[in-house]
Amino acid sequence: MDFLPTLTPEQLTAINLSLRIGFTATLCSLPFAVLVAFLLARGNFPGKTLLDAVVHLPLVLPPVVTGLILLLLFGRRGPIGAFLYEHFNFTFAFRWTGAALAAGVMGFPLMVRAIRLSIEAVDPRLEQAAATLGAPPLAVFFLVTAPLAAPGLLAGAVLGFAKALGEFGATITFVSNIPGETRTIPAEIYLLTQTPGGDQDAVVMSAVAAALAIGALVASEFLAKRMRIETRGLSS
Amino acid sequence: MISVDVKLSRGDFSLQTAFGSESKITALFGHSGSGKTTLIELISGLARPDVGRIEIGGRVLVDTEKRIFVPARKRGVGLVFQDAQLFPHLSVAQNLRFAQFFAAKDGRRLPFDRVVETLGIGHLMTRRPGQLSGGERQRVGVARALMAAPRLLLMDEPFASIDVARRTKAMELVERTRDEFDTPVVLVSHQIEEVMRLAGQVVMIERGRVKEVGRPEEIFASAREETPSDRFGVGVSLACGDASFDAHYRLTKLHHPAGDIFLPDRAPEAKQTRVFVKAVDVSLAHRPPPDTSIRTLLRGKVVSIAATKGPLAIATLELKGGEKLFASLTRMAVDELRIKPGDEVYCLIKAVALDERQVESV
Repeated sequence: MDFLPTLTPEQLTAINLSLRIGFTATLCSLPFAVLVAFLLARGNFPGKTLLDAVVHLPLVLPPVVTGLILLLLFGRRGPIGAFLYEHFNFTFAFRWTGAALAAGVMGFPLMVRAIRLSIEAVDPRLEQAAATLGAPPLAVFFLVTAPLAAPGLLAGAVLGFAKALGEFGATITFVSNIPGETRTIPAEIYLLTQTPGGDQDAVVMSAVAAALAIGALVASEFLAKRMRIETRGLSS
Repeated sequence: MISVDVKLSRGDFSLQTAFGSESKITALFGHSGSGKTTLIELISGLARPDVGRIEIGGRVLVDTEKRIFVPARKRGVGLVFQDAQLFPHLSVAQNLRFAQFFAAKDGRRLPFDRVVETLGIGHLMTRRPGQLSGGERQRVGVARALMAAPRLLLMDEPFASIDVARRTKAMELVERTRDEFDTPVVLVSHQIEEVMRLAGQVVMIERGRVKEVGRPEEIFASAREETPSDRFGVGVSLACGDASFDAHYRLTKLHHPAGDIFLPDRAPEAKQTRVFVKAVDVSLAHRPPPDTSIRTLLRGKVVSIAATKGPLAIATLELKGGEKLFASLTRMAVDELRIKPGDEVYCLIKAVALDERQVESV
């Protein structure tokens, strides 16, 4: 079991960084994903198809293109990036926050899809029942829709997290491959494969990546099962 | 108390309905697809009419001309869904607390314990909706709607998911709800028995139009020609006391305040039973007929007679002990016997018309 000690400090940094980026990307994009998923599931407004298409873009575009678009928008000289730097002295460019942004954007369509499905599966008449009892829309969402869609919300979050851990193309295009800042697990693996004699380390890192992804899935499956038991009242 | 005048078209279906009711229980009666449920949605605020006006207890909820549309959550209209629609992730108590929490802050409040007690759901509080039977769910659904202290209670086929044997009890519950909490009820139904028993006013709906409005006995007396099945469906169930079985004749004698009721074969063992008596099985006589084969004679008083230009009339009777009974008669018989409201009469019921399937144990 002398598996962990074989990891180099660089590799540990990459793992640490990947986890931080994954959690940040997931937590920050979750509220937006829930909002967009709710609009797509329940809303009926002009431009719904367009919103749906835009949300799905990162899924169908080459990641490099997504990275490039992020660079053009959020780079130091991009319209949004320049605004943020000028007014808040904040920048995504070549920072781990930029990697989190790229990971969040890439995972967004996956999150929205999972959450949308679970919201659509909630019987709208339960929401109507809540409305006839006098509950305002936000209360209906937080007390009825969200708890019933919780397993889907969780599944969406886990998918987003797993995607964030594995994101490579958009990240490297947007914020490059800077050790300790934007060198995530995939970037580290890529670098190792390019280094003579790095193959074995690359395999070890790949195993770590696989373990993290599978761990996330197992944890979410466990939580989802508990939620379902709660909902159906089978625990007693 | 309630006045509705709405138009709505949805694809092939169009609804154009106007009615008013002052009754404490109003029934919307019609076959499935007639637009009853759409009307419920319009009154509760879950749907919007193209044109129209809805007023409840002097409060305008919808007036398209004046651009008034009170959203569902501000209407104070309680809705009991066909399948209850309890929140599955909350316990029964939490479902009720939910309604209590969001009840209009200015309005009256119904005490939690009294609602729970009236509906007999005290022992279910910690359960989840998934662990309840259809009837229990329905009772919790009614309780939840009441916790919001509604000005009007809408019930969409509340007995559909309750098995036949327990429906009478459910109906008693609706009556008790009306009396105990003084909340007017609009009931959607396609069961003549429910409507006859509960409603003071019936709005008969067919293909999105109001066909007739009136007291149940009037409606079903005049509905007879086109739909004979309606004529045979009219009836009430009577509560009877002890049953005794005559082994020699194989007859069950049920005790009723207005007289004994005989029916063939053994009735289910129960302290309290109910017999469903169809209006077409009841004949009337001014004096006890000296030589009739009919064994069941009930004493009662004529309350009203509903007749149309057709051949038939329906007499509404108040039996000794206060229960209602309906008799389907020909108009000729009514005229020749000079049957009029206030008459003391004998109601004759053929035993062979009754069978144990019509007996429910309570």
